[in-house]
Amino acid sequence: MHEMALAEGVLAILEEQGPAQGFGRVEAVHLEVGALSCVEPEALRFHFEAVARGSLAEGARLEMTQVPGEGWCLPCGRMVEVGSFLEPCPHCGGFEVRVTGGEDLRIKELEVA
Amino acid sequence: MCNVCGCGEGEIHIDGQDPHHHDHGDHHGHEHGHGHHHPDHGPPEGHAEAPEPPQLDYGSGPARAHAPGMSQERMVQIERNVLDQNNAYARANRAAFRGRGQLALNLVSSPGSGKTTLLTRTIEALAGRYPAAVIEGDQQTTNDTDQIRATGAPTVQINTGKGCHLDGHMVGHALESLDAADNGVVFIENVGNLVCPAAFDLGEAAKVAILSVTEGEDKPAKYPDMFHRADLMVLNKVDLLPHLAFDVARCLDYARQVNPEIEVLQVSATSGEGMDDWLEWVAGRRRALLEALAGELEERAARVRAAGEA
Repeated sequence: MHEMALAEGVLAILEEQGPAQGFGRVEAVHLEVGALSCVEPEALRFHFEAVARGSLAEGARLEMTQVPGEGWCLPCGRMVEVGSFLEPCPHCGGFEVRVTGGEDLRIKELEVA
Repeated sequence: MCNVCGCGEGEIHIDGQDPHHHDHGDHHGHEHGHGHHHPDHGPPEGHAEAPEPPQLDYGSGPARAHAPGMSQERMVQIERNVLDQNNAYARANRAAFRGRGQLALNLVSSPGSGKTTLLTRTIEALAGRYPAAVIEGDQQTTNDTDQIRATGAPTVQINTGKGCHLDGHMVGHALESLDAADNGVVFIENVGNLVCPAAFDLGEAAKVAILSVTEGEDKPAKYPDMFHRADLMVLNKVDLLPHLAFDVARCLDYARQVNPEIEVLQVSATSGEGMDDWLEWVAGRRRALLEALAGELEERAARVRAAGEA
């Protein structure tokens, strides 16, 4: 349900960027969703559609690209891909992986008019 | 919702601050990414009845603002973390807590884990040792706050309305009304929910996840985001273990899989078992914070003195 708050966060950024960058309509928002970001893409889409109604982003598409999680495996001494917090290191099978990336929800670019 | 700061004027309600009289004029004093002082959030005018104890109520509607002016279709590159704004509020809170030597702990759990009982017993045990204050988050009611206020600790209630978590902004507002003593502990009791509060930094020094043995032992695996981000897991209600099939070792294995660095304490707030370990954990964190702060202040004093003598 926190996707509602995230959708409002996305909209707040669009409304701040609109006047700053001189656009009055947003057609699409390109987002990077970290695999470890606690974001459910469909829930975000649903809530964004609701919060954007009547705004400069009404009807805008959300284009989401998933980015993998990554972490540093202490025993292996190397970076590894982390699919979820429950997965062990793909090389050594251990759980001593310190997550370093893939926890964010980021706006990358906007299609505007 | 206030389009400047995003604070709700609808259902979110913070003790002592009337959201409907919350002045959002031009002089609101918002600098974004900011030091977070809202001088206008005073007590509401024109309320004849006895002042209610402080409470915040949120549940904001979507923001509405139209940017005029059209241009042709194009791509705009922006690189923004959607939680940047929350994180900025959280940083300001963290600096405020640290500046006053306050250890802030964000207590997270599912509903019914015994968080409020643990907190009540903790505050009772701390009486006469060092000061404690509480920010209490719930969707509705002040029941938990009433229970905690009975201990005499300063408490501010945040009702999140339909919101499923506290965020950095709500906590910043709550701090304006919270009469917390310097060099004490501020407990932030988050909304009972093992999902949403994981994503929102409040500016706390540590997150404490409370899991009761009447829940499944696989909760850390089912809700890995929360346990991954917790510094400590308090396994509560351990007095009930003889009556349950809860496998403690398995639970700890799950917790360490999602978070190899998580500390674990086994506690029963009702029987008192393990309470000393928990109190010592809090005291240890507080000592470490105060020592670090004192060290910084001494270093600064030395620099200032040296500058004066030069």
